[in-house]
Amino acid sequence: MISLPWFLGLSAVLFSIGTIGVLVRRNAIIMFMSVELMLNAVNLSLVAFSAHLGDIHGQMLVFFALCVAAAEAAVGLAIIIAIYRNNLTVDITKINLLRW
Amino acid sequence: MLDSASLLPLIIALPLAGFLINGLVGLLSETYRSRKTLIGTIGTTAAFIPFLLSVWVFLGMTPDSDPIRYHFLNWISAGDFVSDIAWRADQISILWMLFVTGIGSLIHLYSMGYMKEDEGYWKFFAYLNLFVFAMLNLVMGDNLLLLFLGWEGVGVCSYLLIGFWYQDILKAEAAKKAFVYNRIGDFAFLIAMFLLFRHVGSIQFDAILAGLGNIPADTAFWIGLLMFIGATGKSAQIPLFVWLPDAMAGPTPVSALIHAATMVTSGIYLVSRMSGLYALTPDAMLIVAVIGALTALVAATIALTQTDIKRVLAYSTVSQLGYMFLALGSGAYIAAIFHVITHAFFKACLFLGSGSVIHAMHHVEHELDHHGKHVRFDPQDMRNMGGLKAHMPSTYWTFLLATVAIAGIPPLAGFFSKDEILAMVFNAGATVSAIYYVLFAMALATAFLTAFYMFRLTYGTFHGAFKLPKRHPEAAGSEKYLHESPWTMTAPLWILGILSVIGGFMGFPDFVVQTFGNPDAHANWLHGWLIPNVSEAELVLAKPIKWGILLGSVLIASVAVWLANRTYGQDKTAETDATLQTRFGGAYQLWADKYRVDEVYEATVADPVLKLSDKVLAVFDLKVVDGLVNAVAGLTRFTGSLLRYVQTGNVSGYAFYLVAGVLIVVGLILF
Repeated sequence: MISLPWFLGLSAVLFSIGTIGVLVRRNAIIMFMSVELMLNAVNLSLVAFSAHLGDIHGQMLVFFALCVAAAEAAVGLAIIIAIYRNNLTVDITKINLLRW
Repeated sequence: MLDSASLLPLIIALPLAGFLINGLVGLLSETYRSRKTLIGTIGTTAAFIPFLLSVWVFLGMTPDSDPIRYHFLNWISAGDFVSDIAWRADQISILWMLFVTGIGSLIHLYSMGYMKEDEGYWKFFAYLNLFVFAMLNLVMGDNLLLLFLGWEGVGVCSYLLIGFWYQDILKAEAAKKAFVYNRIGDFAFLIAMFLLFRHVGSIQFDAILAGLGNIPADTAFWIGLLMFIGATGKSAQIPLFVWLPDAMAGPTPVSALIHAATMVTSGIYLVSRMSGLYALTPDAMLIVAVIGALTALVAATIALTQTDIKRVLAYSTVSQLGYMFLALGSGAYIAAIFHVITHAFFKACLFLGSGSVIHAMHHVEHELDHHGKHVRFDPQDMRNMGGLKAHMPSTYWTFLLATVAIAGIPPLAGFFSKDEILAMVFNAGATVSAIYYVLFAMALATAFLTAFYMFRLTYGTFHGAFKLPKRHPEAAGSEKYLHESPWTMTAPLWILGILSVIGGFMGFPDFVVQTFGNPDAHANWLHGWLIPNVSEAELVLAKPIKWGILLGSVLIASVAVWLANRTYGQDKTAETDATLQTRFGGAYQLWADKYRVDEVYEATVADPVLKLSDKVLAVFDLKVVDGLVNAVAGLTRFTGSLLRYVQTGNVSGYAFYLVAGVLIVVGLILF
């Protein structure tokens, strides 16, 4: 039986990797994957707590989060494809029309 | 099921249902709108079944039976103030219920013929049903607030129906005018209601009557006066009468139903309902009587000069309403209600008759158009008419019956009610104040004028030669296009015509029977019906005086009819009008100008308000109000112009701020 801190540690590491990925990468698809990583890091800690506390609610919440994430992934990828078709690039620094 | 109290909500609900069906389905469905017979039948039935139910309720009542109540729901309850949606049928309101639904359904039937060609047929019937619903709430409401709800409801329907042909800007303006003048009266009515609540602690009718002792004398005067001002708005009395003649812009059935028979009598209903209050304050009653007599005389003189057939009838209505208020002010509530009912019969008949005439004249215009002669003329102008007798016998005979009735020739309906009013005014002169003798003289003059101008109208419209071809040479031979209206229009005419003949017998004077027969006989059914419920003044006149008044009023009416026959009867409408004009000179001009009341209001109220708006308020609006708004907008814009540089368009930057923010917040929480 792996104890709770291991899970939380893994979750924290994954979350940090995701955050750093979002901050430093320029490719929209990579950023998007990083966001997914953050999301699933949180899911992981939720499931871990749920098992630890014997409370099923955490796992239920994760199911909802997964569903939403799936929908969000579909929409997000569609947006990225649309951006690519218009600009022939997914470099986020080159997409800056919406500003002052 | 046939328990009277449980019928009351049904009487109220059916016209509402008719309104909803015709209104909503008509709004949504094109095909429904073209099914005119169905729409008309639904509308008429929605008014006719309540009439049958009212008759049933009426048959279950006796002069001293308790009011029948139906409590529907507790509407408003705030502290001591309670207002329920509750309806009552008592000896006063049942009379209104009967003729509102009875005459209402006749007029619905009539409209099926009259409005047949109109595009807005469904809308018209929906509005008519809504009107009946509101009017029934007005007369059946168990407290002042529900009465007021109905009061406003009929005002709205009046507005909608006067402006029914709203594409015509003049008609839309007439509707607006009616609404605004009514609102002025409503304001006074509201204040009267507040005062009543303050002193009595309730607005429920029985509680008000029981609590009248708590009202100080001067407050009673003000309540009475303010309520009367409310009534002057709705019932078109001086100083607020100017809207009613303009209200003739609406379709003629509307004029008959709303602006002759029912809505305009709600002021009389209100004052009769509050008769106990008016009994406390003779001063207010005197004002009511004076205004009534003045209105009666003023409107009658105006009616003498008008050439628009509906306007003559409109001024006649104002005049007759003045008569009713004169009766109220003399303490003759029963006589006033009696006149309301007989007037509803003969005036509705007259208006429907005029509608039938207008219908025929429109047809002439239409046929001429059809044959390539584009003659434009006013189908309501009696100078274009004449000789319609031969072409429209039903319309003519019913119109004549109603004219004789309003002129006060026995034994038709108008005679009895008018005579009772005259006697009661004279009676007030003998018992209350000598001023009433002056009012009595004015009432006699009005009676003379009424008979005179009504026969002028009848002769000008139906007798002599058809004058349209003379005025418009192109229209030569157009009399062959004149035709009688369909049965849906003539049947209501005949029913109302017959009612104008026999309606007076419900108030047959006691003293006539007592002279010839049993000295204790009571022939006056209406008097017996109402006397336990109103604070009627005691009639103390001796029998010879009563006979004198009766014979005098007959004499006056007969002389007027004879005079009218000698002048207008010989196909000399225009000549006689000219003779009158030269004989009365400036006075006639004043009558023809409707006493220039509209102009005076324009100059004293409307113009100053417009000028004030133009010179002061508009400047304030532009500089101060708009200035403030612009200042706020400018500040926002300036701040935005600085802050917008935060939006760099760099997504990584945004993400960085986000993470930094989260870190700061988490850091603050942890440490």
